[in-house]
Amino acid sequence: MAAQPAPTPGAARAPVVSVRGLRRDYPMGDEIVRALRGVSFDIGAGEHVAIVGPSGCGKSTLLNLLGVIDRPTAGEVRIQGRDVGGLPDREATAFRLRHIGFVFQRFYLMPMLSARENVELPMAEAGVPAAARAARARELLAYVGLADRERHRPAQLSGGEQQRVAIARALANRPTLLLADEPTGELDAATGGEVIALFQRLREDGTTLVVVTHDDALARAAGRVIQMRDGGIVGR
Amino acid sequence: MIGLLAAAALRRHPARTVLAVLGVAVAAALLLDMVMLATGMRESFRRFLLVQGFDLRIAPKGTLPMDTEATIGDADGLLRTLRANPDIAVATPVLGAQLHVIERGRTVTSFAVGIDPATQADYVLEAGVSPGHADWMVANAAFLAATHARLGDTLDVAAGFDPQLRVYTGRRRLVLGGRARFLYTAADEPVAALPIATLQAMGGPERADRVSLVLARVREGADADRVAAWVDRHVPRVSTLSTNVALRQVDERMGYFRQLGLILGAVSLAVGFLLVATLVTVSVNERVGEIAVMRAIGVRRRRIVQQIVLEGLWLTLVGAILGLALGLVTARQLNAILSDFPGLPSTFHFFLFQPVAAWRSLGLLVACGALAGAYPAWRAAILPIAGTLRREAIA
Repeated sequence: MAAQPAPTPGAARAPVVSVRGLRRDYPMGDEIVRALRGVSFDIGAGEHVAIVGPSGCGKSTLLNLLGVIDRPTAGEVRIQGRDVGGLPDREATAFRLRHIGFVFQRFYLMPMLSARENVELPMAEAGVPAAARAARARELLAYVGLADRERHRPAQLSGGEQQRVAIARALANRPTLLLADEPTGELDAATGGEVIALFQRLREDGTTLVVVTHDDALARAAGRVIQMRDGGIVGR
Repeated sequence: MIGLLAAAALRRHPARTVLAVLGVAVAAALLLDMVMLATGMRESFRRFLLVQGFDLRIAPKGTLPMDTEATIGDADGLLRTLRANPDIAVATPVLGAQLHVIERGRTVTSFAVGIDPATQADYVLEAGVSPGHADWMVANAAFLAATHARLGDTLDVAAGFDPQLRVYTGRRRLVLGGRARFLYTAADEPVAALPIATLQAMGGPERADRVSLVLARVREGADADRVAAWVDRHVPRVSTLSTNVALRQVDERMGYFRQLGLILGAVSLAVGFLLVATLVTVSVNERVGEIAVMRAIGVRRRRIVQQIVLEGLWLTLVGAILGLALGLVTARQLNAILSDFPGLPSTFHFFLFQPVAAWRSLGLLVACGALAGAYPAWRAAILPIAGTLRREAIA
């Protein structure tokens, strides 16, 4: 039986995320690529965790499994006590809608929708009435400092502004867990700094946040850093 | 929100969307024209036959109405037999003949029908009055133009020309009392109508008590086909054609027109389908990353399918509405060209607009649009989210 790591600091605070023996293998031709090799850790409520490591070490694979957009080959992912690793598509989609917020490196805003409409998108899917979601979208855009940009389309916003809209969209349905994959990867140092500041504010407000990054500044802003190499955790 | 996203996807490449809509419009126009052609000729012929409400056409044995110069003898006896049947409400005789208008040494030849003015079904009076006595006639505008005659003029007319003796069997002076639109003859053909007794008398012994055709209207509720069979049994020297039988014959003879229409209509549907399917597939391929993100943030597969099918539907619907208007314009032009074919009655149309045909075309196109969006929608819905995002990140 593989040795399980000792409980992490997050476990002491009723973990929101509990990962045990997580493995993810990808078939690649005749070979099997072992992207994750039995990873275990906990994340407590309100924690800000950065996952760092060289390219190809399995950071994004881990984030996809935490975000319920991929399925583990073995092991367990529990979010708020629910095993989400084997959920059928319909339940996984509903779970993501209610409990997970995603921020991507390339922002991935809908280019023909305004900033406000982009933020409203997850709420519309959740069935929030139009007036309520418009009010919430305005509130979130104000939170990320873009109250005066609600009618702008992504092409009319800077990279930093687009990423802040993406963060507002991720927060729309008040997720249990906010996941960010290289959120400053496409930004220069100054605009990346704005995003880091926003993440610090989210942390102060109690959002549970997991960030995959190569950005030292962003990693330093996290309360805990998980270091990965070759599909495993090599340091915390 | 799904509608907003579908509209946004189409607005993203306006030129491409406009071109696709125009392509669908052309396909829709062709489809409507083919549906109008396939159903319009039959409907036009049905209206043509029923324009005056006569159900039966009784012609000399073995002939079609007015198809030859053959006539039916003992016309009075035939009419008496017909009128004795309680299922026949009206029976009106028609005699066709050439009529020569002789004017200052010039002769204008026209077609003439001898009719019973009280029950006739050959023309609609446009000006003046119907023949009120034996020396009265009506004619169409082409006749007036050819003879330079005006209403109220007295014309020197003759019938029954014998080319060997170079004489007419009958010659009369008739008052031109009315202008009429004839329903079964070509618009540009000079035609006149006069009392049948006058035309029979002018035709000499060969035309005495003879008719070319008897039109009959059956009593309401009576079966026209049964009455036709009754006539054929009781008057063996005639062939009776009911409107239903005539339409069946038209269906048989014009079947190739319908087949042509159906084939071209199917081709236009296929072109519309492929156009929309190609455009929506290209559009989906361009935004697989966005679609994967939508799925990642919790948008259901069903919504993705709805959005993409909606894109196909909108393209098709806008194209179809434009196409229906275009189809009506082209059908009018084509109808005008084909209606100029010599000898066609003015009441006959090749392309007949029927709301049901337009709705049918629209329905077919919309179904096509939905189907065209279904394949790319299905592909988008089954995109592996993590794998797609990874590929997009590498790209």
